[in-house]
Amino acid sequence: MTEPAPIDPDVDLHVAAERAELRPSPLPVLAAISAGGVIGTLARYGISVAWPHRPGGFPWSTFVVNVSGCLLIGVLMAVLTERVVTWRLARPFLGVGVLGGYTTFSTYVVDIGRAASAGSAGTALAYLAATLAGAVAAVWAGSALTHQVLR
Amino acid sequence: MTLLLLALGAAIGAPARYLVDRAVQARHDSIFPWGTLAVNIAGSLLLGFVAGLPAAGPVSILVGTGFCGALTTYSTFSYETLRLAQEGARFYALANVMASVVAGIGAGAVGLLLAWTVTGR
Repeated sequence: MTEPAPIDPDVDLHVAAERAELRPSPLPVLAAISAGGVIGTLARYGISVAWPHRPGGFPWSTFVVNVSGCLLIGVLMAVLTERVVTWRLARPFLGVGVLGGYTTFSTYVVDIGRAASAGSAGTALAYLAATLAGAVAAVWAGSALTHQVLR
Repeated sequence: MTLLLLALGAAIGAPARYLVDRAVQARHDSIFPWGTLAVNIAGSLLLGFVAGLPAAGPVSILVGTGFCGALTTYSTFSYETLRLAQEGARFYALANVMASVVAGIGAGAVGLLLAWTVTGR
């Protein structure tokens, strides 16, 4: 029987290999996630420092980070489901760690609140909708194009 | 110093997302991504709180940008939404988007109000 394709790319307990990946020791997986998370977070911070936005302005850096991270998770999960890469720690390190640390949901919602409370309700709504639409389009495009290339 | 605090927050936040996600899934078997929704809401509440603290420089970097940034995720959220739609669970896909955005913004606002209450602003 073939494994069900995961819904949750971080960890999906419906997939036997992911259910068992903390045994015998959880350290390799957790260390890979931790190291990847640091790399992704530093990249997100670097972009936010290089590209600041004024209070009430459109948070371009977080927008670009989140949409590009979604494109990359689409590519990565396609590469992993097509079994091009079989390194056991590829998903924990690159997906859970690097891309999970790079993208952020909390900054997204707090920036929406900040823009709205700075009197820029239009910017807040535009940012809310543009990130959602961009993220879903990017993850779909990354996944579909990668599957097409690899098949 | 900033980079060290960031790295420390992220080094804890990313595996915390993974472990909480596993714990939620182990207790609640569903294709709806409750685990990711839970970490995104919790991280939004905490970041809202940190954002409401006055002059929270190093705390904001460690707990906000580092820990909350790595704990919460947009890539996992959007991939799950795509997968739910691909599996024909369009209602779940839409519910995931609506619940994440509405509860996330609500949690961020509650965090901010909590910080203002605690600090007497």
